[in-house]
Amino acid sequence: MGKVRRVAIDRNMTIYEAEPLKEILLNELRGAPEGVELDLSRVGEMDTAGFQLLVLAKNESRRLGRDLSIVAHSAAVLDVIEFYNMLAFFGDPVVIAAEAAR
Amino acid sequence: MDEVMAVFTVEAREQLTAMEEGLLRMEQGDRDPETLNAVFRSAHTIKGGAGVVEIHAVEKFTHVLENVLDRLRNGEIAVSDQLVTLLLRGCDHIGALLDTVEEGNPEPGGELAAAGVAIADALRAWTAGPPVAGGAGVAPQHPAGEVHRAGGDTAISDCWHISVRFGQNVLRNGMDPLAFLRYLLSLGEIAHMTTLADALPEADAMDPEACYLGFEVELRSHADKAAIEQVFDFVRDDCDLHILPPNSRIADYVALIEKLPEETMRLGEILVGSGALTADELARGLALQQGQAEEAPDAAAPTIGEILVGQSAVQPEIVEAAATKQKQVSDRKAAEARLIRVQADKLDHLIDLVGELVIAGASANLLAQKSRQAHLFEATSILSRLVEDIRDSALQLRMVQIGETFNRFHRVVRDVSKEIGKEIELTIRGAETELDKSVVEKIGDPLMHLVRNAMDHGIEPTARRLERGKPVAGQVGLNAFHDSGSIVIEVTDDGGGLPKEKILAKAVARGIIAAGQNLSDAEIANLIFEPGFSTADQVTNLSGRGVGMDVVKKNITALRGTVEVHSEEGLGSRFTIRLPLTLAIIDGFLVGVAKASYVIPLEMVVECLELPFDAGDSHYLNLRGEVLPFVRLRELFEVDGGRPPRENVVVVKAAGRKAGIVVDALHGEFQTVIKPMAAIFRHLRGIAGSTILGTGEVALILDILALVGLASANEVAVPGALPART
Repeated sequence: MGKVRRVAIDRNMTIYEAEPLKEILLNELRGAPEGVELDLSRVGEMDTAGFQLLVLAKNESRRLGRDLSIVAHSAAVLDVIEFYNMLAFFGDPVVIAAEAAR
Repeated sequence: MDEVMAVFTVEAREQLTAMEEGLLRMEQGDRDPETLNAVFRSAHTIKGGAGVVEIHAVEKFTHVLENVLDRLRNGEIAVSDQLVTLLLRGCDHIGALLDTVEEGNPEPGGELAAAGVAIADALRAWTAGPPVAGGAGVAPQHPAGEVHRAGGDTAISDCWHISVRFGQNVLRNGMDPLAFLRYLLSLGEIAHMTTLADALPEADAMDPEACYLGFEVELRSHADKAAIEQVFDFVRDDCDLHILPPNSRIADYVALIEKLPEETMRLGEILVGSGALTADELARGLALQQGQAEEAPDAAAPTIGEILVGQSAVQPEIVEAAATKQKQVSDRKAAEARLIRVQADKLDHLIDLVGELVIAGASANLLAQKSRQAHLFEATSILSRLVEDIRDSALQLRMVQIGETFNRFHRVVRDVSKEIGKEIELTIRGAETELDKSVVEKIGDPLMHLVRNAMDHGIEPTARRLERGKPVAGQVGLNAFHDSGSIVIEVTDDGGGLPKEKILAKAVARGIIAAGQNLSDAEIANLIFEPGFSTADQVTNLSGRGVGMDVVKKNITALRGTVEVHSEEGLGSRFTIRLPLTLAIIDGFLVGVAKASYVIPLEMVVECLELPFDAGDSHYLNLRGEVLPFVRLRELFEVDGGRPPRENVVVVKAAGRKAGIVVDALHGEFQTVIKPMAAIFRHLRGIAGSTILGTGEVALILDILALVGLASANEVAVPGALPART
């Protein structure tokens, strides 16, 4: 699975970064036919805008038939996704990763 | 037990007390719907609280209880003695469950659990009656039949259902739905959250700074609708908010589904998934809705305003009920807001500090007086006045009305009278009388004993009462009032009174008194407080449970109080408990004998006068034609040195009797903090405690009651034969 692209986001995922983040996420996804592994372990803050972008990326990956998995969560990311009760939405790998991250 | 749990149990107990009171009132014929509502609310609060702290045993049991109350409230079943008894047993069970929670076991043990199941089953019998058609307020613009069918059909969910669709500008305006939703946690528990991203457009069309999300939230909370709406105040114009109260009609959920932008089936699944509706409820609701849709096809998308109007038009009865409920809740909230819960030990600490302040203030005052500097003296005077005010307010903080303690006895009297088959009524007077919290806490047990005793031994069996021409219903009274710095609590009954001969015989038999000893009626009656005077031959399972009257007396004496009984055979008895208002600080009157100082509680001082020269060695004097017995502290405490040329008498009054206390010097008023005597001095008669003077010297606080008793005893005995040592 060498072609799976691993993308680490090392900035906050909030409304202030939403515009560039959207570009990054979509570009990475579209440029990786085998799918993308997101490493969010260094995301310091996440708000609803950032969360929404993750949902968007997930939706887009499904539309394209590619895999998008979050392989590592920071506490902030996990917190938001859990609060919104969306762990299941992002799929099994996420849940497993989340368990491991605890 | 963590703090949340502690708060839960305390509040749950308060609610239980309120429930019990309400139920008792209902049993006595109170048909005010508000009483029932209050009981229902209390049950609901306990259930909700138990849910939040996850004490499922309490939650489940209370749910059953609540269902019965709900049927009562809907007029589907009627109040009866039997039902109230059962509900009270339910309350007791909740209390027992709370006990186990306090012991750290969230789940009850086998026996208690079994008892719970039994009571729950009995309760369920009341909910199993035939359903009564609801839907009293039929919506005018709907076919009556339809609404009628939906009337009694409510969802079993006990959560608020909140549907919110945020507007696109929310994020851009700097507001984050996350913050609002998280704030809901301050109102209660989010039982389920569904995030809806259905409105999220295709990736390219999506504006990363716009919000496309919607949420379906199940909130378990006691907050009212207004409070929940307030959470969303900042985004009210920018979001589409629907709130359904707990146990809404299924039709309301269906109406909500219709109003929301997402597809019906998807929303239906969400509601089922989040526990708002069961699959069955949804199916029934949708079938109903379909029937309506065929009759009135109306596809225009309504605005929020129309929805709200529509909602109130569709279910006036529910909206009204919800509104009333919300109003009651907010009324109660307002009342609660005037109260602050403070940890008792914080208060104790404050009182301690105030006590030290009083002592330090007295010391400063003394120094100022000695310094003879007018300005300093003036300043310390103002200071001590303020200290006095602070002391009073601080003590006031600890004052609670005795009513709460008294009210517990309604239940006791009710249960006991049923148990022993006597008809007994409890009358309470002076419930608003205030006394120190620490005293209130400790007076409960002695009172319980006296009341049980009055019911069991005092009130005669019905046949005997009729024989004596008394009303069938026995009267037990609890009365409280303030009397010269003490609080007096009376337990009265109109029963048979104390059998004098029997008491006398028993006292002789037990060696408490010698045969042939001459005793007044009052003395005989009070023999029942003597240790060893057991009422063993009249043991029932009520009183006579191993706690004798002597224990009652001991408990009360430990509070620096007294207990007396006044009884008339055939007419009844009156137990009088006399307690100091507070245990911490008193206004004292400082007197001196030789070099030592003594404090007499000021409220007991009647007057001071010079000992007439002709008093000599006698122990009584003529006070304006009245014989006043007195004691010489000098003799009593064996103070060395001769009598000064002039002695003073402080006339004191305690428990209705007057006596004189002869001292060398009068020093005047003095505010003082009582330091209890160490245990080894407990048997010292005549001394109630000690205190520290401003000079650092120790002064003993006199136990006036004991001294008055002593003086009166001397009065009866041969004059001049005062024992040198007591």
